[in-house]
Amino acid sequence: MGAISQLAMLLFAPGFHGKQTALSPAGPQARTIEHTFLLIFWITAVVYVIVIAVLAIGVWRARIHGNELPPPQPANPVHDRIVARIVAGALGVSIVLLFIMLVSSYRTSHATSALAASSALTINVYGHQWWWEVEYPNKEPYKIVHTANEIHVPAGVPVTIHATSRDVIHSFWAPNIHGKKDLLPGYFNDLTLEVDQPGNWRGQCAEFCGEQHAHMSFEIVAQSPQDFQRWLSAQALSAPGPTTPQIAHGQQVFLSHPCVMCHTIGGTTANSRVGPDLTHLASRSTIAAGTLPNTIGNLAGWISNPQSIKPGCRMPPNPMSSTDLNDLLAYLETLR
Amino acid sequence: MSTSTVSPILPEAGDPKAQQLEAIWREPSGFIGWFKAVHHTTIGKRYMVTAFIFFLAAGILAGLMRLQLAFPEAHIMGPDLYNQIFTMHGSVMMFLFAVPMMFEALSVYFVPLMVGARNIAFPRLNAYSYYLYVMGGIMLFCFFFTNTGPDRGWFAYVPLSGPDYGPGKRADVWAQLITFTEVSALAVAVEVVVTVFKLRAPGMSLNRIPLFVWGQVVTAFMVIFAMPGVVVASTMLLLDRTTSTQFFNPAVGGDVLLYQHLFWWFGHPEVYIIFIPGTVIVSSIITTFSRRHIFGYLAIVLSVIATGFIAFGLWVHHMFATGIPQMSESFFTAASMMIAIPTGTQIFCWVATIVTGKVVLKTPMWWVLGFFFVFIIGGMTGIFVAAVPVDLQVHDTYFVVAHFHYVLIGGAVFPLFGAFMYWFPKITGRMLSEKLGMWSFWLFLIGFNITFFPMHIAGLRGMPRRVYTYGPGMGLTLLNQIESCGYILLFISVFMFLINVWMSLRNGERAPANPWGGGTLEWATSSPPPSYNFLYLPTVNGREALWDAAPNQPVVVGLHEDARTFLTTRIIDAEPEGTDEFPAPTIWPFLAAVATTVMFIGSIFRPVAVSIGAIPIAITLIAWFWPTRQEAARRRERDKWQKT
Amino acid sequence: MAEDIKPRAVLDVSALPNVTFGTSSVTWWGIIGMMAIEGGVFALVIASYFYLHSRTNTWPPGVLPPDLLWGSLNTAIFLLSVIPNEWYRRRAHKGDLRAVQIGLVVMTLVGVANLVVRYMELRHLNCDWTQTAYGSAVWFLIGLHVVHLITDWVDTVVLTTLFFTPRIEGKRFVDAAENAAYWYFVVITWIPIYLVIYWAPRWLRS
Repeated sequence: MGAISQLAMLLFAPGFHGKQTALSPAGPQARTIEHTFLLIFWITAVVYVIVIAVLAIGVWRARIHGNELPPPQPANPVHDRIVARIVAGALGVSIVLLFIMLVSSYRTSHATSALAASSALTINVYGHQWWWEVEYPNKEPYKIVHTANEIHVPAGVPVTIHATSRDVIHSFWAPNIHGKKDLLPGYFNDLTLEVDQPGNWRGQCAEFCGEQHAHMSFEIVAQSPQDFQRWLSAQALSAPGPTTPQIAHGQQVFLSHPCVMCHTIGGTTANSRVGPDLTHLASRSTIAAGTLPNTIGNLAGWISNPQSIKPGCRMPPNPMSSTDLNDLLAYLETLR
Repeated sequence: MSTSTVSPILPEAGDPKAQQLEAIWREPSGFIGWFKAVHHTTIGKRYMVTAFIFFLAAGILAGLMRLQLAFPEAHIMGPDLYNQIFTMHGSVMMFLFAVPMMFEALSVYFVPLMVGARNIAFPRLNAYSYYLYVMGGIMLFCFFFTNTGPDRGWFAYVPLSGPDYGPGKRADVWAQLITFTEVSALAVAVEVVVTVFKLRAPGMSLNRIPLFVWGQVVTAFMVIFAMPGVVVASTMLLLDRTTSTQFFNPAVGGDVLLYQHLFWWFGHPEVYIIFIPGTVIVSSIITTFSRRHIFGYLAIVLSVIATGFIAFGLWVHHMFATGIPQMSESFFTAASMMIAIPTGTQIFCWVATIVTGKVVLKTPMWWVLGFFFVFIIGGMTGIFVAAVPVDLQVHDTYFVVAHFHYVLIGGAVFPLFGAFMYWFPKITGRMLSEKLGMWSFWLFLIGFNITFFPMHIAGLRGMPRRVYTYGPGMGLTLLNQIESCGYILLFISVFMFLINVWMSLRNGERAPANPWGGGTLEWATSSPPPSYNFLYLPTVNGREALWDAAPNQPVVVGLHEDARTFLTTRIIDAEPEGTDEFPAPTIWPFLAAVATTVMFIGSIFRPVAVSIGAIPIAITLIAWFWPTRQEAARRRERDKWQKT
Repeated sequence: MAEDIKPRAVLDVSALPNVTFGTSSVTWWGIIGMMAIEGGVFALVIASYFYLHSRTNTWPPGVLPPDLLWGSLNTAIFLLSVIPNEWYRRRAHKGDLRAVQIGLVVMTLVGVANLVVRYMELRHLNCDWTQTAYGSAVWFLIGLHVVHLITDWVDTVVLTTLFFTPRIEGKRFVDAAENAAYWYFVVITWIPIYLVIYWAPRWLRS
């Protein structure tokens, strides 16, 4: 009874069509993995049902009626020999099925890692407590792109994430696209992935990394190769200068507050790498490592008191007058 | 083979032999006397009660977690408290409940009875191991209640738990909890091996050892070879944190994965240390409640041993996401799938026994059926996580949380409740209520599935583990709420079980020596057993001692009964080989445990506590070992040397 | 229904010895259990040493290997100590009180020599556990052996004292024989540790 309802839940549960799910593949690796997953699912589900059915029917037929305890039965070697053959047979079938699943696992492993050979782009990712530092390397230093928590990739092209941690162990996981890879201090790990079509998907840190592990998400934005190039070139540019007095004042607020201790805005004197690079903050769709949509209201709340949204995170509260805050927000809005 | 169950030999009232044995073996009375006890049934009961209390505490912690997770972005507790709670839940369940109950409590109580001995080997060490265990547990909770509970997960990976990212004493408390519980488990492991090798009843050759005993001795070996892993890992962690060693600092040659290798060398066998006792409980109950000898005894013994060995070859499957070489991935996937073969063998043998037997559907048997239903699902999801590519999707998500709860609760807790229902009459002399027992069972089975099945889906839907909350738009809310509701049924079920126990202890039906018609030796004495276990030490004629007994099965005579004498036998054929004496009750194991506790806790704060604290420990150990004049005189007079 | 107790078939064990050695003694099995546990710890620490080696380029990193003199001297003392150790172990099997007393006193003095030389070893390891993972591994490894040496020495002293009191009987000779066996464990575990601490950095230097 329970088995049927469990299967039902699995099959009829309202769709796996989310932005952070392994069963809605958006790339070749997640798709191959899903095939192995489904193979294992069906084999194990059928075996399970058979074993439970045999047990249930067996119990039903062998049960005693009444409360009298029967004496222990003498051995029946003839019966037991037949049973031994059945057990051996069942074991043989199980071994064959295990082998099939093993081969499927090897083939998928091989297929997913073979993609690394044709990787067209490397993106460096550095894990921090509790945000993702993203860097697009370039031989020319002024073309290196620094951003945070949002990774743009060209669609249809294998891309290698070259990752390490700047503090504790984190794990990079975007289930619609591929399995996860840990970010370890002292090691660089590579994860090659490919997204079929333009679109956005979510990822989340998948290794317990302290207080705000629950709020360490990122976004993968796949774009057509041309859109991606356009994005990358724009990201390499410094922030535009202020165009109105309010924005200029906002920039002043930024430069005179503790913000500069941790953040970089290209084209200003703020160039600390402790926290995320804000040069193109307004071009990102979320803030606080995917915790909130990037809206004026959310940004205002975040800047004023990050501790109320991510208690324990490294950013202190920044009390300021509402004029200062408004002007600062106006300035930050220009950072596209 | 006999087709009846031989009756146990119970003393008549006023029997002089029984009175003499009682006088010699009786546990000391009074308040101080409680701390001097050395009989395995006394210590075994203490282990059971203590471990169950820890189970309840960890269960309450789980309830708090389910409360926080029932609503997205809930503010019932902040991340700091949640991190302590989930770490405590895992650590208490694994270190203070699962191993102490499945291995220590059950083997300490039942192994000596099942092999026909009067006590466990090294009884004073047994007492010491219990005190150390309970003091370690109390220490942990004292720190938790002062906001110093460990908060880095039950495996406390570095660098998060290390000196740079784990401020305060929380991770040190975790590391010392390990020390307490691992010394305790190792001591019991040695006792179990020696008891099973040397103290078996004459006639109990290797092929007549009850499956329960086989399982516990294999588990004991696993404890001996696995626990050093966590000893070394936790000691290195403690040293990094308190004395500035650099084991895990990559800047100067250290390595964060060293910790993981050492921890999982222990961690994987650990789960089989918990599971194997579960399987042999299942074998015991199935045998008795199918009214036939187990089918495939040899296959099951070999499977248990094979499982014990293979378990040491799987540990890297906990590290598939760390970037290990492909060759390692392939090897550990194959090994992880291979361990399904001996487990599958056991399952098929059990099913064969049941369907060819005469099934008595009492509560212990229902818990065993529940075990099949639940554990096998866990075993199946194990195949998912054994396959590297699938594991890389579900590792560290709620899918794997579902997997291990299905195998641990299915594979250990279900058999454990079956064991309680089966052996409670033997331990306490009272029968439990079948009706309340069945209510508990069904509530637990249904509640368990409602709580844990949706977690498979939540993991596939993107919910990582160890998160104190999740976003409202993630599609996880309904699943989490279902899971939290399931907890309520589990809570009620356990509560009903406690009511059942309490009512039974107050005025339950008196239990006869062998209410279920079982075949193993614990049923050959009264319920509860007297302090000397058996009026006459038994000999054995078959695998199920009482079912296979000869019409006039011999008993052992010729031991000095004015002292705590015991018989040693040879390992393979259990032929009698020598005699020896168990030591008398004494306060020194308790005092040694106190001294050890002081040293362990002191070293959390000052490393020098190790050298200073060693002195009182040395004193208590010397006093423990030092022989008394009467003891020495009596033995000198009776010494009979082995012919060399 | 209780069976009649008399007459009943019996197995009479009254002729069995109660002072037994080796695999016939539970004490022996207990000591073997302890050796398995401690041996496991040593094996894992040695494995950790080599694991850390595999993760670096220079070994030892930035320091000289430990000086050979004191470690080799201690190794020689350990190896020579086998002679009096084996002698008194065998005499213990025969219940020779005088021989066991002499043997235990000699082994106590040997232990003192080992401890003094060990102190000199610690001063010439040429590395600091706070500076590198290599240093941490070396000190941890030798530190574990120091703990074994000290606890075995205290054990020996206690047993020596006991053997000069009137509380001696058969079982204590089993304890003396087991004490000798445990000394073998201390010596045998020292060999690989000596090779790892003193020779591995010389052989692995590349």
